[in-house]
Parts: sequence; C-alpha cells; structure tokens
Amino acid sequence: MVTYVFLAAAALAIVFGILAIAHRSPIINVLSLVVVFFALAAIYAVLGMDFLAAIQLIVYAGAVLVLFLFVIMLLNIRSVDRLGSGRRLQAILGALTSIAIGAAVVVAIATLTPAQGAVAPGSQGGTAFPIGRSLMTTHLLPFELVSLLLVAALVGALVLARKETR
Amino acid sequence: MNPTMIPIPSAWILYLSAVLFVIGAIGVLLRRNGISIFLALELMLNSANLAFASFAFRFAGASATAAHALNGQIFIFFIIAVAAAEAAVGLALFIAMYRRKETIDVDRFNILRW
Amino acid sequence: MLGSLWIIPLLPLIGFGLNLFLGWRKARKSLVTIAGVGSVGLATIAAYWAIIGYLEQPARVIVERYFTWISAGKITVDAAFQIDPLTVVMMAFVTFVGFLIHVYSIGYMHGESDTAYARFFAYMNLFMFSMLVLVLGSSLPLMFVGWEGVGLCSYLLIGFYFEDTYCAMSGKKAFIANRIGDVGFVLGIFATFAVFGSADFTRFLPIAAAHPQQYAGWATAIGLLLFVGATGKSAQIPLYVWLPDAMAGPTPVSALIHAATMVTAGVYMVVRCNVIYRIGPAALLVVAIVGGLTAIYAASIAVAQNDIKKVLAYSTISQLGYMFLGAGVGAFAAAIFHVVTHAFFKALLFLGAGSVIHACSGNQDMRTMGGLRKVMPTTYWTFLAATLAISGIFPFAGFFSKDEILGRTFAAGASNLHGFGWLYYILWFLGITAAFITAFYMFRLVYMTFHGEFRGTEEEKHHLHESPWTMTLPLQVLGVLSIIGGFIGIPKLMTGHASWNLIEHFLDPVVIPLGTGHAAEIAAGVSEHSAGAGIEWLLLLVSLSIAVAGILVARSFYAGEHAFEKPARFVERYPLLYKLILNKYYIDEVYDKVVIQPLYRFARFCWKAIDTIIIDGVIVNGTAFMTELTGDILRFLQTGNVRNYALSVAMGVLLLIVILW
Repeated sequence: MVTYVFLAAAALAIVFGILAIAHRSPIINVLSLVVVFFALAAIYAVLGMDFLAAIQLIVYAGAVLVLFLFVIMLLNIRSVDRLGSGRRLQAILGALTSIAIGAAVVVAIATLTPAQGAVAPGSQGGTAFPIGRSLMTTHLLPFELVSLLLVAALVGALVLARKETR
Repeated sequence: MNPTMIPIPSAWILYLSAVLFVIGAIGVLLRRNGISIFLALELMLNSANLAFASFAFRFAGASATAAHALNGQIFIFFIIAVAAAEAAVGLALFIAMYRRKETIDVDRFNILRW
Repeated sequence: MLGSLWIIPLLPLIGFGLNLFLGWRKARKSLVTIAGVGSVGLATIAAYWAIIGYLEQPARVIVERYFTWISAGKITVDAAFQIDPLTVVMMAFVTFVGFLIHVYSIGYMHGESDTAYARFFAYMNLFMFSMLVLVLGSSLPLMFVGWEGVGLCSYLLIGFYFEDTYCAMSGKKAFIANRIGDVGFVLGIFATFAVFGSADFTRFLPIAAAHPQQYAGWATAIGLLLFVGATGKSAQIPLYVWLPDAMAGPTPVSALIHAATMVTAGVYMVVRCNVIYRIGPAALLVVAIVGGLTAIYAASIAVAQNDIKKVLAYSTISQLGYMFLGAGVGAFAAAIFHVVTHAFFKALLFLGAGSVIHACSGNQDMRTMGGLRKVMPTTYWTFLAATLAISGIFPFAGFFSKDEILGRTFAAGASNLHGFGWLYYILWFLGITAAFITAFYMFRLVYMTFHGEFRGTEEEKHHLHESPWTMTLPLQVLGVLSIIGGFIGIPKLMTGHASWNLIEHFLDPVVIPLGTGHAAEIAAGVSEHSAGAGIEWLLLLVSLSIAVAGILVARSFYAGEHAFEKPARFVERYPLLYKLILNKYYIDEVYDKVVIQPLYRFARFCWKAIDTIIIDGVIVNGTAFMTELTGDILRFLQTGNVRNYALSVAMGVLLLIVILW
C-alpha cells in the first residue's frame, strides 16, 4: 500500500514539477507547485514524518506560495517568456549542465548499497513532540538564530518593498 | 523497541529528489522571469529537503538514540524556515525591481558589468 | 677615574647633547661655550686623572668590560675600554690638544650666529667623544665605532659652511674617500674574526704573537686590509685626495681633526696591531713604501701651493707619510712619538694660520699677505717655533721624532731588513729629500706670510690685528710644547742612557714579543737598529744640515729685496714642471677620468638601464601591466547577467562533483 502511495505521489510531483517550470502562465506555475508540495507532503507522511508533512503544507503551500500568488497579482503578470527563450547558448548549456548534474547524482545513488528505511524510533505517537523537545534542547541555539533570521528577513522585505518617499 | 519497517527502498526517494532537482535547475537556468526563477528555486530546495528526508529515513533504524534519528527532519525544518525568509526577501526585491523598470525580466538587469 | 674609564668619552658626549639642545633653543654663546669647552675640559681632567692612576699601579694593560655589545654565535664583542701605554700617550695628547683647540675656537668662531656656534661645538664635542672611543676601544669593532664617528664628524665639520657648494662637496669627498678605505678596514675586521675568533686586542694579538709562522699569511692579508682603511683615514697614497679639500672647514677643525688627531688614527691602528704587521712582513713593507712615497710626494706638491691652509694640508699628508714610514720599518714607538710631536706643532701651525686668516678677514692666499710679523708678534713667534719644529731643527720637537724615523729607516737598510735593504736605503733617501723640501716650503710660507711688506688692499691692511687671548693662549702653550715636546724621546745616542728615551721605554709593553722560531730575524731587525754610533751621529748631522739648507734656499727665494725673483725665473725655465706641481700632478683630474667618471657612468647605467627599465619597467610596471591586462580580459566574464552567474555556479558544481568523485 505505502509503496503505491509513494509511486503515485512521485509521479504526480514530477509531472507537476515540469508543469511548474514550463508553463507560460505564472498562476498555473504556482498552482502546479502547490500540487508538487502536496505530493511531497504525502511522501513525508508515508515515511512517518508527520510533523514535516504538516509544516510542508502550512508553510510552503499555505504561506510561501500564497505570497507568490500575491506578488504575481500585484505585478499583474499575465504570462511569462517561453522556457529557454532569449539567450540560446545559455539555454543549451544550462540544460546540459543540469542534466549532467542529475546524471552524476543518479550514478552516485546507484552505487549506494540498497537499504530499507524505517520510521524514526520513538515517533509512534507522532514526531511533533520529539522534534519540539529537540528544538528546545539540543538545537536551541540554531532555533533562536532562525527566529533572528526571520525577523531580519521581515525587516529587510519591508525596507526593500516600501515605496521610496522623499 | 523495534522500528517500524516500511517497504520503500530509500534510493527511490533519492532518485525522485535528483529528478526534481534537475527540473528545478533547468527552470532556474532557462527562465528569464524573476518569479519563475524563484519558483524553480523553491523546487530545488524541496528536492534537497527530500534528499535529507531520504537519509533520515534510511538511517533511522541504525541511529544511536531517538533524538539522533530526528536530526535529518530537524534539518528540513530549518531549511523550510530559511526558505520562507528567502522568499519574503526575494519577492520584496522583485517588487523593488519592478518599480524601477516595469519588468522583472532578469536579462534586463545587467548594469553590474564591465 | 681608573676603573670607570667610560666617564672620559661620556663627558664630551654630554656636551654634544647639551649643545644640540642649546642650539635648538638658540641659546647665548656663553652657555654654549660653558657646555662645549667645559665638557672637554672635564674630560681632559678625567683623562689625566686616569693616566695618573694608571701610572701609579703596576699592571700595564687594563681592560674594563662593561657589557656584551655583540653576541652572534661564536663571536662576542664586549663594550670594553682598554688602557695601556699606547692609549695613555694617545689620550694624553688628544684630550689636551683637543681642549686647547676648543679654547681657541671660542675666539675664532665668535663671529658666527648663535645656532652655528652651538652646532660647531656640538660637532666638536661629538668628535672628541668618537676619538676617545677610538683610542680607548679594546677591540677592532669598538675602534671602528670611533673610527666611523670621527669620520662622520669630519664630514660634518668640513661641510660646516654647507651653504657653500665647495664646502659641501669637500665634505662628501672626504666621506667617500674614507668609505673606500673603510671597506678594507671592515674586511680586515671580518678576517680577524675568521682567523682568530676574536677581535679583542688582548686576545687575538697574543695568539698571533705566539704562533708567528702559522699565521704569517693571514697576518699579511689582515695587515694589508687594515692598512687600506688607514690610507683612507690618514690620507696616504692613493686615498689622500680628500685632505687638501678638507681645508674647506673652519681652521680649528683643520687643526684638531685634519692635523692633530683624527688623521693619526691610521698610525695608531697600525701600531696597535703591530704584531700582525711584524709577522706579516710584506704588509709592513707596503706600509713603509706607501709612507715614504707619500712623504715626498705630498711635500713636493706643497711647494707650489699659495693657499696657506693647502700648504699645511699637504705638509700634514707628508708628515703622516713619515709616521707610516716609521711604523713600516718597525719603529713603532718612533711613529707614535712623531704623532705626538706632530700633534703639537701641526696644531700650532694650523691655529697660527687660523689666527692669520682671522686677521686677514678670511683671506687665505699667501700672495696677498706679508709683513704680518709686526702686527701679530705672538702668532709670528709661536708659528716660527712650530715651523722650526716641523723642519727638524735641533732642539725643537720635530727634530727628535723625524730623526728617529729616518735613523731607523737607515738602520733597516743597514741591517738588510726582510732582505730588502736597498729598498730601505731608497726610502731613507726619499725621507731625507722630503725633509729638505719640508724645510723649504715651510719657510716659504713663513717668509711669504710674515716677512716683507703687506701685499693686500689698504682696507685689509687697516683691519689687521692680533687675535684675542683665547686664541693666542693656546698658541703659546702649543709653542712651548713644540719647543720642548721632543725631549720625551731623546735618543740613546745623545745621553748614553736608553731609559732616558721616555716614550720608547714607556711604549715597550705595546710591542708584544713574538714567539720563538720564525721571526727571530725580523724581531732583530725591528728592535735592534744600531747602525753604529758614528754613522748615527753622521745621520743626525745630515738631516740637520739638510733642513738648514732647505731654510736657506727658501730665504734666498722668498726673503729680502729680491724676493720672488728666483721662483719666477725657475717657473720660466721649467714651465711644465711648475704646472705639474701647481696642479697637484693632476691627480684629481686623473681620478676623475679613471675612477669617478666611469663610476658615474656605471651608476647612470644602473639607474637608466637597470633601475628604470628592468626594475621599474619590467618588474614593477610589468607586474601592474600584466595584472591590468589580465583584468581587462577577464572582466568580460562579468556580464552583469545573473543567469550567466547561475550557470557558472552550476558548472562549478558539476566540476566539483567530477573532481571529488
């Protein structure tokens, strides 16, 4: 059962991933990406990472992509350029390089010894509690730093997007 | 306490991650619209997240402690946080750019050159 | 004072510091006088105190070590002062004559501005400090400190009137000529370290003396190298050229530095290292030959000079030649004896000349002088005493010392020293001829300056006056010393008692006996010099009559009603010879053509070709050009397009994956 769920989610992610970068309508791009994120959340859930699945949906699909939508509507972008338009050499080299990196990674993965995975131990009752405890104990410093980063990003975004007044 | 085994080879997840990464990279390198590039960038970030998830999944059973087994997931948590910050700043930048040139085609922003 | 010798040089150094400060504050001259002359006076008292203390105790060589100055590997050099008979003799006359000349300077420099006056005394005090370090230093490196210090002061004081280009150039000339010599001196010090492992006089000299044969070759090399330094400092052929031009400095400077003290440093050094020269006979022979040639060569130039100070300058070179001749034939005590008497009478001659110049409003040309005898009697009589002394008239100081040197040279010939007896006979002949010329040109000077009628303008004549007491007092003291100073070295011949020759007896410990074997015959030739009493008396008479002959010739040439007639006829008959001598054998011109111009062209080549083109052009600007060129090409990578940059990053990632595979 879980295998089928995973394969279906993977197929969905790849198809809508391609759509997200290839379609000329930015709205469709964003919405395709929402589908991709939903698929990834499903995979997380299958792997027993319930907390990640939740924040994937809440933060990414719920917040970040909505922000994208807002900006697209704000700037009133109806359609974007075709994929690979403009600089020819940049497009060819870019595609080749990307595929080459992917190929190299695939080859690298193939050399790994095959292994089955497992749900993280101690997470039968959900991972929210152990992750929360870990964030408040072992990873307290990075956690606090991230809060600082978010504040900085907030202020930075405000400064950048603000209308320049003389 | 026996960890619950799930019959999915961890390599599959990695393959999926690689494919998504390539799609994202192509998007970043081939698109000219700033927002589109950003979307592709989000896709790449998510593929990296997936790779982390794959390794967290793969080594969960072999981890010394329960807290250790969660490190991969916590990494993903931080990446999501950083990605959120990055999206906020990046989109603000595009708004500022648009204000100046009425476009967010990055090929039009090339004054920082020889 | 013995036990803290460092106080002696320190006092003038304090005076130097005070005068710098006073000059900076533009203090009154009286304060400068107290600081400048007072410090040297105190140093003189301290020096004599130390000398008395030294004489009262039995040890003949005392070394006072203060601290380690240089410590590098096996080499250590202590800051240490040494007092022994040689130091005593040198220190005694350096401080005393130095003090007298400082007193004299009060009057002579009175016309200068306050700052120049302070500057003058600051330099003079620094000179006294350096000279005392030179004399007291117990090792070659420490001696070199003083050696360089006096050279620096010499340069500063020659160029005292540096607004005048000639004075500034003369200072540079002296400095550069000394540098050339110092190269040899420094190499000599290095060689001493390399061969003996130490350059302390109390260490390496006994080693050399104990193994004369083993170190003969090295001693010759070291001796020659050190002597190169001496030719620079003591103005010998071929580096003497700076001394005549050094007369551009104020006259007290010429008296103190370029006659009495600094220029004798070379002689002092040779005598100090006499062991080295004795076991390396070739070096000793070179010293003798250079000294003898310089003596006659410089004397012959002095004959045709018309500048009163130039005559005295060439006379100094000539007398220094005598000293080296004495040292070269192994008569080290005689050489130092001549250093001392020469300090007396030559300082007096210069101070007298300064008095004359002072009276003649700065004019130095003897052709426009004359008849000064009546106006300035003190100067005249003291000058005459010094002239008689330098001419070698009994019983004036120069007679004893010069005769001692000439006698020993003849004895060296008679005893066939080093197997070069004939050469020493020739050197003796050169010396005796130089003595004749010396008497001639010195009395030429006296007659032209003090006798006859004044040949200057009426205005100058009106200005003529005797100098103030601060100037005449040193003249009188030095005059007395020029008359009686020779009696510290009466030859055995006259008294029959060797011990009555005080200076030679006193200096005996300085001449360290050589080890057995080897130089028994050299030692014999050096210390035993009896050529028979009869011959010695004959030699005495010969030199005396030669000197008198010189005086008489000068009198017939330059005195009386027909003065200047014979010289004029002489010039008419031998115009080429006269021109040659008048122009100092064109040595300056030859040096200019042979050494200076090629060197100048070489320097110009280094500047234009090597520095400008290779260093500046290729290396410095070339680096900049290459950087700029690279940047000019590479900057096109900066397209300003972020997508290109992103592609570069991606390619870099790919590259890293491939490399790290």
